Amino acid sequence: MKYSYFPGCSLKGTGRAYEESLLPVLKALGVELEELDDWNCCGATAYMAVDEVKACVMASRNLAIAEKAGHQELLAPCSACYLVLNKTKHYLHESPVVEAVVQKALHQANLTYSGNTPVRHPLDVLVNNVGIDAIKKRVTQPLKGLKVAPYYGCQIVRPYATFDDQYNPTTMDRLLEAIGCTMVTYPLKTRCCGGSLTGTLPEPGLLCAYVLLKEAIARGADVIATVCPLCQFNLDCYRDKMASKWGDETIPDPRNPAARISVGPQLNMPVVYFTQLLGLAFGFSEKELGLHRGFTPMRKPACARAQPAAA
Amino acid sequence: MDKVNGNHDARIGFYVCHCGHNIAAMVDCTEVAKYVGQLPGVVLSRDYKYMCSDPGQELIQKDIKEFGLNRIVVASCSPLLHEHTFRSAVEAGGLNPFFFHMVNIREQDSWVHTDRAEATTKAKALSRAAVRRVAHHKALEVKQVPVQPDVLVVGGGIAGIHAALTLAKAGKKVYLVEREPSIGGHMAKFDKTFPTLDCAACILTPKMSEVGAHKNITLWSYSEVVKMDGYVGNFTVTIKRKPRYINEDLCTGCQECIANCIYKEPKFTDEFNEGLGKRKPVYIPFPQATPQVVLIDPEVCLNFKRGVLTDKCKKTCVEACGEKKAIDFKQKEEFREIKVGTIIVATGFQTFDVGRMPQYGYGRYPNVYTSLEVERLVNASGPTAGDVVLRDGRHPKSIGIIHCVGSRDRNTNRWCSRVCCMYSMKLAHLLKEHTAAEIYNFYIDIRAAGKGYEEFYDKLLEEGVHFIRGRVGEVTDWAFIPEEEGKLVIRVEDTLAGVVRRIPVDMVVLATGLEPHADAQSVRRLFNMSCGSEGFFLERHPKLAPVNTFTDGIFLAGCCQSPKDIPDSVAQAGAAAAEALVLIDKGHIEQEPNTAHILDDCSGCKSCIPLCPYTAITLTEDGKKAVINEALCKGCGTCAAACPSGSIVQDLFDDEEVFSEIQGVLAYD
Amino acid sequence: MTKEWSPRIVAFFCNWCTYTAADLAGVSRMKYAANTRTIRLMCSGRVDPQFILEAFAKGADGVLIGGCHPNDCHYAEGNYKMLRRFELLRRMLKDMGIPPERFRLEWISAAEGEKVKSVINDMVKKITALGPLDLPGKFADWDREMTELAPAVESAPVEKEVAHA
Repeated sequence: MKYSYFPGCSLKGTGRAYEESLLPVLKALGVELEELDDWNCCGATAYMAVDEVKACVMASRNLAIAEKAGHQELLAPCSACYLVLNKTKHYLHESPVVEAVVQKALHQANLTYSGNTPVRHPLDVLVNNVGIDAIKKRVTQPLKGLKVAPYYGCQIVRPYATFDDQYNPTTMDRLLEAIGCTMVTYPLKTRCCGGSLTGTLPEPGLLCAYVLLKEAIARGADVIATVCPLCQFNLDCYRDKMASKWGDETIPDPRNPAARISVGPQLNMPVVYFTQLLGLAFGFSEKELGLHRGFTPMRKPACARAQPAAA
Repeated sequence: MDKVNGNHDARIGFYVCHCGHNIAAMVDCTEVAKYVGQLPGVVLSRDYKYMCSDPGQELIQKDIKEFGLNRIVVASCSPLLHEHTFRSAVEAGGLNPFFFHMVNIREQDSWVHTDRAEATTKAKALSRAAVRRVAHHKALEVKQVPVQPDVLVVGGGIAGIHAALTLAKAGKKVYLVEREPSIGGHMAKFDKTFPTLDCAACILTPKMSEVGAHKNITLWSYSEVVKMDGYVGNFTVTIKRKPRYINEDLCTGCQECIANCIYKEPKFTDEFNEGLGKRKPVYIPFPQATPQVVLIDPEVCLNFKRGVLTDKCKKTCVEACGEKKAIDFKQKEEFREIKVGTIIVATGFQTFDVGRMPQYGYGRYPNVYTSLEVERLVNASGPTAGDVVLRDGRHPKSIGIIHCVGSRDRNTNRWCSRVCCMYSMKLAHLLKEHTAAEIYNFYIDIRAAGKGYEEFYDKLLEEGVHFIRGRVGEVTDWAFIPEEEGKLVIRVEDTLAGVVRRIPVDMVVLATGLEPHADAQSVRRLFNMSCGSEGFFLERHPKLAPVNTFTDGIFLAGCCQSPKDIPDSVAQAGAAAAEALVLIDKGHIEQEPNTAHILDDCSGCKSCIPLCPYTAITLTEDGKKAVINEALCKGCGTCAAACPSGSIVQDLFDDEEVFSEIQGVLAYD
Repeated sequence: MTKEWSPRIVAFFCNWCTYTAADLAGVSRMKYAANTRTIRLMCSGRVDPQFILEAFAKGADGVLIGGCHPNDCHYAEGNYKMLRRFELLRRMLKDMGIPPERFRLEWISAAEGEKVKSVINDMVKKITALGPLDLPGKFADWDREMTELAPAVESAPVEKEVAHA
């Protein structure tokens, strides 16, 4: 299997742990990636909010390059990139105005885009193309007993639920169960993390992210698995601010519901990319997977450490 | 060039009507009469002030006799208005009424044109065409097809029951076929009915008993229609009677078999109680079931294995039944064939599957209920004897009722299910009565359009039920604040207050919408009906013929046609019964003789057969030629236009007649 | 020809929808061009392609067919059958040299009296611009030509057909 690969800015920047863990995992499963030549920023949510037509032009350039590269499909791991590329495809299809402007702009760069390149998400490719069975076979150190809160974020289910259910997606759940994890019931799996609000309107933005952490704690999770660099950032990087605002709140102790615990001390739950968990189960090291990059770094769980590395 | 094609014996009388000033003001009637008078075949040509008046009609009759006329043409208003009038006049004059043709020079000439010369030219051209055409008219008889007096009512809910009783009381023999083991339908499950809060069972069971006892009604419960052939007045229907393993005639409904079943305690899902209660393998659906006969479920009875008889059980039930000997494990399904003249389809609805809206948490959170489940909970003869106790054993102190679940929703069903606002309010009232809880109704609009419905809404407001206008986004169990822990939180935008609310409750009730049965498509094919775009059976006309279908003799009643409340279902059932009585009491049906028939030239190419929407065209027994069932033919003429060899003739609109009309309008220049 | 030429359009209207709509236009006293000659049929599905050809052959400058909107046909599907024939016939007529604007199919429901008026007015305007079709006149011309040419053809020696081995 070969895919064109669009990392986007985040995966080369603050979200580099996502790429660091995604590439070896896919390679171990026989999926070849070819990074797009001379790709540009997709514009993410920011530009779409400012000028939709121009944003489509920027995103379309990547689609055009992918088409030129010749592979069937384009893999876009970052949620924002994934959404923007898909939205652009929709707009090109639905609006003759956008189509005209985009094709004209592409033409100036000697590019063209037919509108046909599918844009895929790693969860989709792993579950639907590689298959759960193939992934299970590759597991050498199952993460048994690790309780994971699966957090999908909003952009891969809203407004288009392309490969999973809009209200209750389960691709990541199934994937992580295949490597031995125990998924906790997590009703907030598609609730917004606050997105850019943590930068623009900190108070409500912070609250969005805090609520996610608090519920993961309340459900007894050991770690939160994410798919999106911004979600990971929002959940990982503001714990001190959250602790100072809401650290005194108490919730029922998930291990002993009659008692109550303070949220503050529990806030240091690791927030990782699902690919990092996959990588751990495949036997890669913490360093290789970028696990040290988190504000709250994650150590290889005891269950995985105890297992001898099988061939 | 000006031959009167074909019929050289035509003696045509032509009349052009002034209609006072209506026609005469724009069309020069005298000139038209003069022009037509000199056309071949026209014996006399008159213009007259009011042709449709008595003297006008008498004039025609007099002229027929005096001048030996054998064809009549009247140029006046629209045939849609007076064709029938003049046909009767012609018949009274001693001619076959179909030797008449009418020319529209009013609605489609004098009233719509402004140039007198042009209007007169048009009138002349149209009249010439009519004169040519009428020469080809053949003598036709209005057809009469006899109607078999018995009626089949499919579906034993309140609509089917009412239709069956109405017809039975009118002295007609009725077959009432119901798929479930007992009649009563959804209404039998309700606790009270809005707005009067009558006990549903109390008003329904007397009607059910009447059905069971009426000598004119043959009640076949636990049965289904599997085949229907024929046409209006003459349907042959095959009904499958499913095995209860009980002889209906011998069972007295004493229920000793249930008391003595090998299973000491009920263990299996009770369908009538929406899965909230349990039953034994031998059971009666509910206490007032009609017929009062038990049945055995072969999927769970120990005497069967996966539905196949093993005869390994001790059969304490047979022992308990004793001398009555009503239990018959060897019973097989049976088929009955009946002949009826009319059919009323009253198969009802199914409730929306709440699994399609996972965001409301049904199944995930134990204390989320559907409205039908709550009907059983509050019912004194329900699984908890009317005690509103949640699945986790608690009694709710706060309850949220979510309207429009599976209705008015682009993601699921677009339509309004019409009854949910009212039953949600009814449940709010009953739940408040049973629990004294705080009740919140979440609505988009309050639809309280029936008699006494708005007043019922007022009453609820006075009782202190909270109404929040907003479509609920989700039901969740994550607590934002400690007060929400352990509760179900309803997240909704309160659109009147302009805020997003979180309302923690102990119990959530989903007001599920009504939709067509899952097998509506196969049922509608059985009865040669259509479904609308939403899947409900299609009525002939939404305003003027709500209980008729496009198939003559087959009528609709109740929610199978569209969601409605009990009063409307009963009204429709009465209407359907009346429509059936129209056919039965007349004894025959009259058809305008514009049906098609196939000439011997037919080569058996079969091009016509798939074209008929009424499946009126079939092959002869030897398969060599096509043949049209004239009772089924509605006279559209599509087959006549399509026949490659011209072997199909549509009476009143045959090729000769239409060609002569075309030539006639263009011959005038 | 002293009078200025004006198109003659043969209209086939279905009883339940278009004919009723035309009556409604009359009852409402709407005014439209007087160029149509209506033939009433029970359903647009009754319209045999031969009717249309006959109309043109006998001198019609245009043919208009009025039926119920799709899904509303009184006989369930007759209008769909008409639509199929219309599409094929239109192409055929075009190949025969009759411009497609002369042949028109409209869906007019019983409530659309206004549409009857606008369709007829529009069609009359368009066909007036196209000019007369006058097939009978053309047939007469061709007959004349044939008659003139016939002697030349008959007198020419006919080459006998030889079977080649």
